[in-house]
Amino acid sequence: MRLTTYLAKRIGYTVFVLIGLSILIFTLARVLPGDPARMALSPRAPEWAIERLREQLRLNEPLPIQYLYWLRDAFSGSLGESLVTRRDVLTDITEFLPATLELLLFALIFDVALAIPIGMLAGRKANTWVDNIVRGFAYIGVTIPAFVFAIIFLLVFGYVLQIAPTVGRLSPGVMSPPKITGLITIDSLITGNFSTFVDAISHLILPSFALALGPIAQEARITRSSVVENLNKDYILASISHGLPERRIILKYLMRPSLIPTISIMGLDIASLMGWAFLVESIFNWPGMSRYGIIAMLRKDLNAIVGVVMVTGLVFAIANIIVDVIVSLLDPRIRMIERAK
Amino acid sequence: MFLLEKLKDLGVLSPRKTEDYKKAWYKFSRNPFSVAGLVIVIVVVILAILAPYVTPYPHHAEFFVDFANANQPPSLAHLFGTDQFGRDVLTRVIFGFRYSLIMAATILVIVTPPGVILGLIAGYYRDRWIDMVIMRIADIFVAVPPLVLALAICSVLEPNLFNAMMAVSLMWWPWYTRLVYGMASSLRMEPFIQAAEIIGASKFHIMFKEILPNCLGAILTKVTLDAAWVIILGSALSFVGLGAQPPTPDLGTMLSDGAKYMPTVWWITIFPAMAIAVIILGFNLLGDGVRDVFAAEAH
Repeated sequence: MRLTTYLAKRIGYTVFVLIGLSILIFTLARVLPGDPARMALSPRAPEWAIERLREQLRLNEPLPIQYLYWLRDAFSGSLGESLVTRRDVLTDITEFLPATLELLLFALIFDVALAIPIGMLAGRKANTWVDNIVRGFAYIGVTIPAFVFAIIFLLVFGYVLQIAPTVGRLSPGVMSPPKITGLITIDSLITGNFSTFVDAISHLILPSFALALGPIAQEARITRSSVVENLNKDYILASISHGLPERRIILKYLMRPSLIPTISIMGLDIASLMGWAFLVESIFNWPGMSRYGIIAMLRKDLNAIVGVVMVTGLVFAIANIIVDVIVSLLDPRIRMIERAK
Repeated sequence: MFLLEKLKDLGVLSPRKTEDYKKAWYKFSRNPFSVAGLVIVIVVVILAILAPYVTPYPHHAEFFVDFANANQPPSLAHLFGTDQFGRDVLTRVIFGFRYSLIMAATILVIVTPPGVILGLIAGYYRDRWIDMVIMRIADIFVAVPPLVLALAICSVLEPNLFNAMMAVSLMWWPWYTRLVYGMASSLRMEPFIQAAEIIGASKFHIMFKEILPNCLGAILTKVTLDAAWVIILGSALSFVGLGAQPPTPDLGTMLSDGAKYMPTVWWITIFPAMAIAVIILGFNLLGDGVRDVFAAEAH
């Protein structure tokens, strides 16, 4: 099967890019002006404390040696000690990452569940009032950044209407389910704790929807235009004149080619989701990796910053590989080109 | 002579004439959304330039305290209300436009030339080692979402507006390189490039005089749309405290300041938020208009 060789190539390239990324971010963190150890402590910290931190971060070694140490530690499962939590950065990230993944997963569910039907609807009713309303909303969604939505949601739904909680993953007093996957919604379902599940969902709605709005708008626009394009194609006319039921034409023949551009763009939109998660998590006090990352950045916690960037790059790369595989499954032409190469 | 005239008419000899600009403007002005975008951008730019003269309380822009008038709701004296220090929010929003525009302009001026040149070189020398080196480095820069990389770079610098601009510039060039690379690598196969090569035109001539002019439309479109992006990034950086610092009237800083007073004193936050949305909407509409003009030309 060609897909496996393709996947192997992609994964190999991803490893190369991630190593490159680690060199980039590692070098930037150390080469840019300013003494990281001094900045991490405080301007008035005693000289011996700064010197001890420099030793600990191996800042006195030449840069390539520092990097090799870091790489060796990374492969043996350590990303260095975090200055904020005084634990290994990898331990911190494994603790906080599930919360971020849960948030991203729900944003993606919202995204797929809304963008595609809305885009299909607007495309089928192109240039009617339905289409115009969708276009207007799509423009708002594309132009307003997620953190502004997050603040507006916080005000409108959290404080004025009070229909959804705005802080953290669970209400105070609600016991978190035993940790299986780390995703509270899934864990609570596995353990059959339905009230915790509902509570977790209610906490997820506002932040994940604030994250999803931009991608929803973007993808609805793209789905619309490809639906309009495909509706004018001969094969659709042929299937209509053959008297095929409308449902079948839409679900089977129109949707598949129309979704290819949407799903390709989704790969890029995942980047925006992951980026905005850094702000949205801070706004909603969501105890995820991104909020941990922001705290680390404000505290100049070098090891944690490098670790968070690397894990973000890894998640992004995996998401993009999945998107590419889905696209190649939907579009036989892409597989043909790969085979021809 | 007849042939020369004919070629001129076809636009082969002098590809850009006033008429072409008129045509482009005609095409642009047909779309009310594009014109609306242009108007928004022009109004914002004028307000930003004239900020000290058009704002009701110019001395409220930077450090100023008047606790007697703190947290006043919107009124005739303060159309957007006052903030926690008693400063006029409208004044600060208009000064905020300045910082957003300065940031967008500086970054795009710094980033576009090297990004474009690297893309031209890599595209023209496709499949040679230089293409490999440039594009693989570009891939590394885009391996993380732009906001995350900008945040990370900013975090190791002193937090201020200048460093935020440097941080965004450092990670923004690959997007231009990738755009121009795609176009240059397909253009170099076109007959007119091959003709130029056969005549013996220099590589420099081919890259900058033959390929580059054909990419300008796409680059201009991207610059316009990116202005919006850069403004979003800049306000996001100052929102988390890694960009411009208070009392600078940056829209992002104002948002994060206001968020602390959120449920009751909503106007400190909502008006800067709307201001960000308006600038971004303006640049997006304008960018779409520019794209349409060049897309029509390409057909």
